[in-house]
Amino acid sequence: MENALVSVPHNWYLLLSSLLFCIGVMGVLFRRNVIVILMCIELMLNSVNLLLVSFSAYAQNADGQVFVFFVMVVAAAEVAVGLALIVSIYRNVASTDIDSMKKLKW
Amino acid sequence: MAQYIFYALSIVTILSALYVVFAKSPMYSVIAMIVCFFSIAGHYVLLNAQFLAIVHVIVYAGAIMVLFLFVVMLLNLNQEPDKSHGKLLRVAAAISGGMLFLVLLLSLNTSETGTFILPEKSDIGLVEHVGKKLFNEYVLPFEISSVLLLSAIIGSVVLAKKES
Repeated sequence: MENALVSVPHNWYLLLSSLLFCIGVMGVLFRRNVIVILMCIELMLNSVNLLLVSFSAYAQNADGQVFVFFVMVVAAAEVAVGLALIVSIYRNVASTDIDSMKKLKW
Repeated sequence: MAQYIFYALSIVTILSALYVVFAKSPMYSVIAMIVCFFSIAGHYVLLNAQFLAIVHVIVYAGAIMVLFLFVVMLLNLNQEPDKSHGKLLRVAAAISGGMLFLVLLLSLNTSETGTFILPEKSDIGLVEHVGKKLFNEYVLPFEISSVLLLSAIIGSVVLAKKES
């Protein structure tokens, strides 16, 4: 197979990851379920990861891939804590609806 | 050849990401998210970042999505389709997402571009290269991230524990 870096222009990766990021933003605004909102945040993190990997591959610099590795570590920690929070909120209000969590909004 | 693989992977990525947002039940969202993560791993392979592709499949599709699936089943959310916002809020969300994409597109379109000097054969994404970088320049952040993971373990256990 020929080198994919030559046959795919880098602009396509910019376009793809900005589209993916905007889908994630739209999902956060669109949905009321907290779990789906957390998944959309993961989607945004992944779009940034894809952009970092593409820049690191095209610029031939491995620093970007190390950053992506650290982003994955932080994302794993964030998901573990976030899901624990959702479970403990569900125990109190018996719902994962974002509108049922507005006790701080006084 | 490579560009057709890129197009196919991109279509799968975008469609499954859209399905995550618009699926009726959270269960379908999780399944679509797994498809999306696998196609992103395919993008990493296409970019010659094999190490990250494997780590992405193990961490995201293997660990994080299993955690999501576990919580969805634990809370019994796959029974009823969840309610969505009112029509006005949904239209506003779609418009603001589209506007953000437009702004990004225009800023990319008007920014100055350079050219990359591409080599014949790219091997910076292999385990050897990334591992050398990770354990020479970035050894301190690597160790600190283990402390972060430890604190995340303790924090999630404390938060999810039933108080007596």
